[in-house]
Amino acid sequence: MSIDTDTARRVAHLARIAVKEDDLPELAQELSGILTFMEQLGEVDVEGVEPMTGVTPMRLKRRQDVVTDGGMQDKILSNAPDAREGFFAVPKVVE
Amino acid sequence: MSELTKLTLAEARDALRGGETTSVALTEACLAAIEGAGALNAFVHHTPEIALEQAKAADARIAAGEAPAMCGMPLGIKDLFCTKGVPSQAASRILEDFRPEYESTVTQNLWDAGAVMLGKLNMDEFAMGSSNETSTYGNAVNPWRRGKDEAQLTPGGSSGGSAAAVAADLCLAATGTDTGGSIRQPAAFTGIVGLKPTYGRCSRWGVVAFASSLDQAGPMTKTVRDAAIMLGAMAGHDMKDSTSADLPVPDFEAMLTGDIRGKKIGIPSEYRMDGMPDEIETLWHKGAEMLKDAGAQIVDISLPHTKYALPAYYVIAPAEASSNLARYDGVRYGHRAKLAEGDGIVEMYEKTRAEGFGAEVQRRVMIGTYVLSAGFYDAYYNRARKVRALIKRDFDAVFAQGVDAILTPATPSAAFGLGEMADADPVQMYLNDVFTVTVNLAGLPGVSVPAGLDKQGLPLGLQLIGRPWEEGELLNAAEALERAAGFVSKPSKWW
Repeated sequence: MSIDTDTARRVAHLARIAVKEDDLPELAQELSGILTFMEQLGEVDVEGVEPMTGVTPMRLKRRQDVVTDGGMQDKILSNAPDAREGFFAVPKVVE
Repeated sequence: MSELTKLTLAEARDALRGGETTSVALTEACLAAIEGAGALNAFVHHTPEIALEQAKAADARIAAGEAPAMCGMPLGIKDLFCTKGVPSQAASRILEDFRPEYESTVTQNLWDAGAVMLGKLNMDEFAMGSSNETSTYGNAVNPWRRGKDEAQLTPGGSSGGSAAAVAADLCLAATGTDTGGSIRQPAAFTGIVGLKPTYGRCSRWGVVAFASSLDQAGPMTKTVRDAAIMLGAMAGHDMKDSTSADLPVPDFEAMLTGDIRGKKIGIPSEYRMDGMPDEIETLWHKGAEMLKDAGAQIVDISLPHTKYALPAYYVIAPAEASSNLARYDGVRYGHRAKLAEGDGIVEMYEKTRAEGFGAEVQRRVMIGTYVLSAGFYDAYYNRARKVRALIKRDFDAVFAQGVDAILTPATPSAAFGLGEMADADPVQMYLNDVFTVTVNLAGLPGVSVPAGLDKQGLPLGLQLIGRPWEEGELLNAAEALERAAGFVSKPSKWW
């Protein structure tokens, strides 16, 4: 599978990473190279094999669905690049 | 005083308990060594105040008696671990100025055991790399050199700072993390011991996530015994990580008898790669001979899907990474790009992530995005997960035949020069993980043990792979190998 410039542009947007138009051909080529390497997986007979999710067969732990902490707004916001009046601030989302 | 930094954890523990030295003295010696080792760029955030405070507390605890083995031990912590109030950036620009309000479970376990934090260690950005060249802090440098050649070599990656720091005696031991070989490859490149425990043995809580089904923290130490001691303090069940195993943590050190008589050690034919240097092949043979001389039975085994481990890994790890790294959006923590007039939230995300992530991280996030996108999910991601199941099945079959551990080379070469791979295809760099990724895909424990020097005087490592949850048995075999190999070389100090 080879990736063209349009696909590279689409993938970059899906990943929310700004890529300059001039850099797209090189990116497309790099991604194609990596995908070519992955093509080998097509040689493997995977008929009837379940896709693996976890390495240890175990049931996920359960706990009571209760609040165990909270009341730490200042801590939550302490690393925010822009926090105002107890909220995270972002550019306007709705026109 | 500098001799103190050369102590192993076991030696330091005995010296502390015997009253021959103090944790403060050990810690001051390490801090001085770090001060003089700027050229290695191993420590990227220094925490001398925390270290001395913890050392004093440790000394009090030791004086009161019954202190645990790790009490008073000065350690380096990989930058991937969140440490409360101390910069924790995963070597990424996107986490610039991030100071966690919480402590990772693994580091908390170490502090509870009385260990001392000297500072944070360099690494590849988000643990994505095999040479520590993708770090926002710049390259970490290997203390080893090719004889008199002054060319700077990589300490490996991603735990390159951890490996360089332990090899150069800047700390007694360090934490590392391993997603595809990031503990074992740097350990091999620097002549130290690196253990990746069974997936689930150490909590991932508070460790910046790369690929959650593969990530595992582990010790990087000067000896196998030290790895056993330190793993005991790091491991344990954690309610905050639903994949952490609810199993008792045995006394790993007590299991080191060095007696491996009658143990079956498998040699997988598929690990004999085309173009593998003769020295690696020879070392591998020698390692098998050593284990045989120690009374083990050497058997040829087959792991038929080995060839597909790397491509499967480079689908699964980027897929998980693209999902995990979606959280870096410039809203809650870390870097946010300066926006132009009229820029909306999408521009904020896109500019922030373009500025904050380095080239390799961007590449992997985009590959991950692609293989998870509609139309390709089955062809790439699901197929890779099926191949992963087959890789695990290969190991299960071998262990069911009674094999106790598997011996392989740790890396396909000795440490290479920094910048040497700059023009290479990304896939060339990925090949560094060829002997280590299978272990992560199958969730098994694996340990790299220094076993010899190559013609240029650089360390080479051998890897032992164990059965799940049997780190004690694995370390016992590793200790037998360590004793037989008798690796005592140290890099000559140039920094």
